[in-house]
Amino acid sequence: MSIPHRYPPTLPRRHLLALACSTAFVIPALPSLALAQGRRALKVVSPWEVSNLDPSKSGYVFTRLEIAETLVEVDDQGLLIPGLASRWAPSSDGLEWRFTIRPTARFHDNTPVTAEAVAACLRRTLAQPGVLRNTGAQQITAQGGEVVIRLAKPFSPLPAFLAHNSTLILAPAAFAADGVVKQLIGSGPYQVVDVKPPQSMRTRRFDGFDGKPPQIEAVDYLGASRGETRGMMASAGQADLVFTHDPVNFARLRADRKIKLQLQPMPRTIYIKVNAGHRFLSDVRVRRALSLALDRLGMATTLLRAPEAAATQLFPPVMAEWHVRGLPPLTQNVEQARALLREAGWQPGNDGVLRNQAGEVFKVALRTFSDRPELPPIATAIQAQFRVVGIDMAVSVVNSSEIPSGHQNGSLELALVARNYGLVPDPLGTLLQDFGPQGGDWGAMGWHSAQVSQTLADMGQAVDDRRRSALRGSIATVLQAELPVIPVAWYQHSVTASTRLTNVSVDPLERSYRISRMGWAA
Amino acid sequence: MLGRRVFRLLLQVVFVLLTVGTLCFAMAELLPGDAAYRIAAGRYGYDLVNTEIAEAVRAELGLDRPALLRWAEWLGQVAQGNMGQSMVLGDPVLHLVAYQLGQTVWLSLVAWLMALTLGISLGLWTAMHPEGWARQAVDGLNTVLRASPSFLLGVVLTTLLAVELGWFPVAGHEDAEHVFLPALTLALALCPGFTQVVRDAARRVLGSDAFEFAQVKGLPVRAALWRHALPQILLATLAYAGVQLVLLIEGMVVVETLFAWPGIGHALVHAVIARDIPMIQGTALTMALLFVLLSRAIDLLLHALDPRLVDAQAAPASATP
Repeated sequence: MSIPHRYPPTLPRRHLLALACSTAFVIPALPSLALAQGRRALKVVSPWEVSNLDPSKSGYVFTRLEIAETLVEVDDQGLLIPGLASRWAPSSDGLEWRFTIRPTARFHDNTPVTAEAVAACLRRTLAQPGVLRNTGAQQITAQGGEVVIRLAKPFSPLPAFLAHNSTLILAPAAFAADGVVKQLIGSGPYQVVDVKPPQSMRTRRFDGFDGKPPQIEAVDYLGASRGETRGMMASAGQADLVFTHDPVNFARLRADRKIKLQLQPMPRTIYIKVNAGHRFLSDVRVRRALSLALDRLGMATTLLRAPEAAATQLFPPVMAEWHVRGLPPLTQNVEQARALLREAGWQPGNDGVLRNQAGEVFKVALRTFSDRPELPPIATAIQAQFRVVGIDMAVSVVNSSEIPSGHQNGSLELALVARNYGLVPDPLGTLLQDFGPQGGDWGAMGWHSAQVSQTLADMGQAVDDRRRSALRGSIATVLQAELPVIPVAWYQHSVTASTRLTNVSVDPLERSYRISRMGWAA
Repeated sequence: MLGRRVFRLLLQVVFVLLTVGTLCFAMAELLPGDAAYRIAAGRYGYDLVNTEIAEAVRAELGLDRPALLRWAEWLGQVAQGNMGQSMVLGDPVLHLVAYQLGQTVWLSLVAWLMALTLGISLGLWTAMHPEGWARQAVDGLNTVLRASPSFLLGVVLTTLLAVELGWFPVAGHEDAEHVFLPALTLALALCPGFTQVVRDAARRVLGSDAFEFAQVKGLPVRAALWRHALPQILLATLAYAGVQLVLLIEGMVVVETLFAWPGIGHALVHAVIARDIPMIQGTALTMALLFVLLSRAIDLLLHALDPRLVDAQAAPASATP
């Protein structure tokens, strides 16, 4: 037997190993007490990541955190109020708009907000894809403290478009020579401390802000894409403001006494986009039957945990100007749905699935996407409800972009989407895209109503409130009767706020987190 | 000798670079759906995507040019050490990947050390006490851990340690303490494998003549274990653990998403969803290169640590009379 090789003394290696192992457990466990005591930052969590500094891409995060301002702001009723512009007016021919810049406004680099700076920033915005292009703006210049926007033709909702987050104003020093945003220098009540893409950023109060100084000094923002993560951060008391919770968590969050759950109706509607040019779906009786087959209350109650979210028409009550109170509501009536389908030439076969006279089976496919997590479950519920009236619908959960591209190449049959009418505070911007003569990527497909197109065009020019109101009513009525899109549910925005916070309010247009209005409870 | 090794490593790196980069490109091209729409959705969010924006993206990025031409351009760029720019974010890929890789490596190392500590402790304990409740408890725990997906494990740990007990932060990445829960989640997923390897190695070593001899010559069990058994067990474990470290870095997509950790797995998933070809290539290439370099590093480490391998190499020279 050979004598085993003698190892050198193993003491250092052993100690090293022990050290490494304990470090692994101990270092991360060291609580950063110093940081917690040093400054009291409001912790905000939402699903949206800060992937880029460019306003056209992540602009919504920067306006929500009140870092940058838009020329025009919106109040709770959806009415336009002064933002960076103190007032505005169109010329008599409607082709030129003048916006007067708030004279006391300053950028975070302490330079004054001048009309020249604003015009330069807006010209850059106009050169990029975004809503400003839909206004027909042709030239943006600065003239004696005013920003002058020239249009190709009159467009009365222009100020509403200048409230969109992609039109936010950054200082000239924010841009590199090639036009890329290198630093976020806005004019809002909070300024950026640091940005760590894609998930977090920190801001602090800007002392040079010319409005009411906010009470909350500092804000830590985290983008967490999983609903579970956000729910647990709210429950653990580790986030003061948490946006967008999974409906399944509502009951648990309501029971938590450290936080308060608020559900805020929003101008966003979940609807089925229908390819009305499809040979099965072109008959309005079939589209009505689809609508009658839907158990909207059931889906709103069980899947969204909010019975009031069941849609009775396209525009939710929160869009006070557009919601038509007297409109007969969309309801469920399976028998009537079957009768309408029979009238349209569809008879159930032995397997219960409908067939037409040519022997074709009523088979359609619905596309939806998971960016809004409630959409896939609603799609499967709809699948079951359509099955009851004999329609065999396949559901495919795809990337959101498959819907506009399917619209363009004609391959789309049905799609379940959530449409935001608050993108531009005047929904006209969205409706013009959705129900124009060619339909829209997210709106009508293979359907056209001369009346709706004309009314929308008229609204772009009409300035008289009563006339605009009448026009709105007629659009809602036609859409309810012809169902180019079939409304399913109205969207509810869910927010939890720590009870340590006071003055919490939720913006129905999701434009701002309103942190500057909040305070710490004593 | 060293020159040849370095040359072989370089050759391997170039081969991996070309193969992985080209495969990524080909796969992204062959995926169904229109890339311009995908990229537009990644850039501007789904609410704003329409045909006008998608066409603007197509024109800007030249997506309508032949795929072969774009591939050749990519090759030319890579030859100059340029990985291109992210189609969605607009930033240089190298810059983005460097940051994400740092985050992922830090999380992986902490998780790996935790798993190693847990695995060695549990493996040694059960090897020395093969009968009895401890062994059964460890086996039971490992079965549960092995059967639990990381996502479930993460949610359970967070609910327990962060929500109920309030010891750790739920998610985020700003402070050192944020790494604990994601690292523990990953470590627990690795723990059963480590325990098994350590236990097998330990039983082999503990039953060996050498270990018996160490005791016969009068060493107490503890000292025999530390000096003679542990180095051998660690060598056997290190080879396995090295591969696990690589798999860990590549398999943390779910954990990074759950804990809002800005790592490379998270970036790869986003890049695939948004059809951001330069980012897919950049992240996949980094992972592939990491695989090559780490396995090489583990080989070298094993060589350095194991005197038998050094002896074996030295043997032919010294054996000549």
